Amino acid sequence: MKDKIRKIVADHARLGVEFERVEHSTNLYRAGMTSFSSVALMIALENEFDLEFPDGMLSRNVFESIDSIANAIERLQRVQP
Amino acid sequence: MTVPQRWVDVQELTASESFQRALDIAAQHAEDVDRRGRFPSEAVDALRAAGALGWGVPCEYGGAGAEIDDLSGATFELARRCSATGMIFAMHQIQIASIVRHLANSLWFKDYLRRAAREQRLIASATSEAGVGGDMRKSIAALETLPGSSNDRVQFEKKASTISYGAYADDLLTTLRCSPGADSGDQVLVLTNLADTQIKPIGEWDTLGMRGTCSPGFVVQATCLAEQVLPAPFAVIASETMVPFSHILWAHVWLGIASDAFGRAQNFVRGQARQSPGNTPPSALRLSELSVRMAGFRALLQAALKEYLKLADGDGRTTLSTVGYAVRINNLKIAASEVAVEVCQSALRICGFLGYSNSGPYSVGRQLRDAHSAALMIANDRLLANNAALLLVYREGK
Repeated sequence: MKDKIRKIVADHARLGVEFERVEHSTNLYRAGMTSFSSVALMIALENEFDLEFPDGMLSRNVFESIDSIANAIERLQRVQP
Repeated sequence: MTVPQRWVDVQELTASESFQRALDIAAQHAEDVDRRGRFPSEAVDALRAAGALGWGVPCEYGGAGAEIDDLSGATFELARRCSATGMIFAMHQIQIASIVRHLANSLWFKDYLRRAAREQRLIASATSEAGVGGDMRKSIAALETLPGSSNDRVQFEKKASTISYGAYADDLLTTLRCSPGADSGDQVLVLTNLADTQIKPIGEWDTLGMRGTCSPGFVVQATCLAEQVLPAPFAVIASETMVPFSHILWAHVWLGIASDAFGRAQNFVRGQARQSPGNTPPSALRLSELSVRMAGFRALLQAALKEYLKLADGDGRTTLSTVGYAVRINNLKIAASEVAVEVCQSALRICGFLGYSNSGPYSVGRQLRDAHSAALMIANDRLLANNAALLLVYREGK
């Protein structure tokens, strides 16, 4: 799953650093993701994993790294299979 | 003895004799402040004498521990008399709250808050920057380690496109990239004493309204201790404190301006009614329409205050960083800034040429000019564009 997320992040997060340097724990906001590009990322993730992020999950700490995104998706997949 | 978390409620704070005196002084000089585009020094001195600049500082550091509702009430009362004084008070309290809510365990900032309350220091902010297109969440200027200082001293130079009352403040909060290699959105907030900061004005502040805030651009150059950088990332300070505090307190400035214009229109209609007792003047109908707008305006602000107070601390705090809250707090700013102008404009229609006059008890020119700044402070178009993107993922009411 993290590889899939990684690819979506690469395509949508519009980071200011070379993507090879992004690790699963890298803070994406500090790497240049803006609130605009985070919205594109959220939509792409909803599409790819066929789920909806509830409002409580649409926050900075959920989308700050590939690890935290994977965590959130796992939690959602348990309640929205 | 335990220190009270909150000193008194808003009525007690604003009812104090010294604050009432500050209100009178603000009213007395408002016209001259506007006409000459000068800093409202008499009113700010009176606020200092009332201890009001320290109201937002927690009791344990010698302040009043006032919450955002107390501060909103005071901002409103000031802005009804003098919009510039209201805005300066509001902005100062926004800076205080940004420090109070994000200082973590910083001894330097705890000590600073004690000084701020004791000395009634006025804080300005340099969050704008030439070249970032009005986006507060981006910086070009960066914090650097002072060469040869073994990392305990830092320096920066920033070209801020506007610093309200920059030439009259004691201290300055500046946004910067956290290091020369950092992304434009990776920002921190740094507090410097203006006595140790070089600030050179660029351009002048000769504007349509809000003339007394004296907000030209400045080039800021400073060297300070690394401890003077707030420990939290600016992204967190912005979403949990600076943005909601700004939008709520600014909205109370605009409510104050609109209330002033409404009051003048009401006095005008009463004057007309007195001339022909028994007949309701035609303008009374316009006034009653306007009172509907005012009721909606107040309700909007009350709801925003209530939500923020509920979320400000504890578990709710992370909700302040959600997309939904960002949409709602942006909506508050957009709606309040639009309605303020509409109210002033309607008041002008009611008062007619006596309203159009630049002086006299029914003049609403100053209020109308001041209200027009509301849509420009963080341009409504920018906020609408932000919300347009956020609404692609946020499902309202769900």
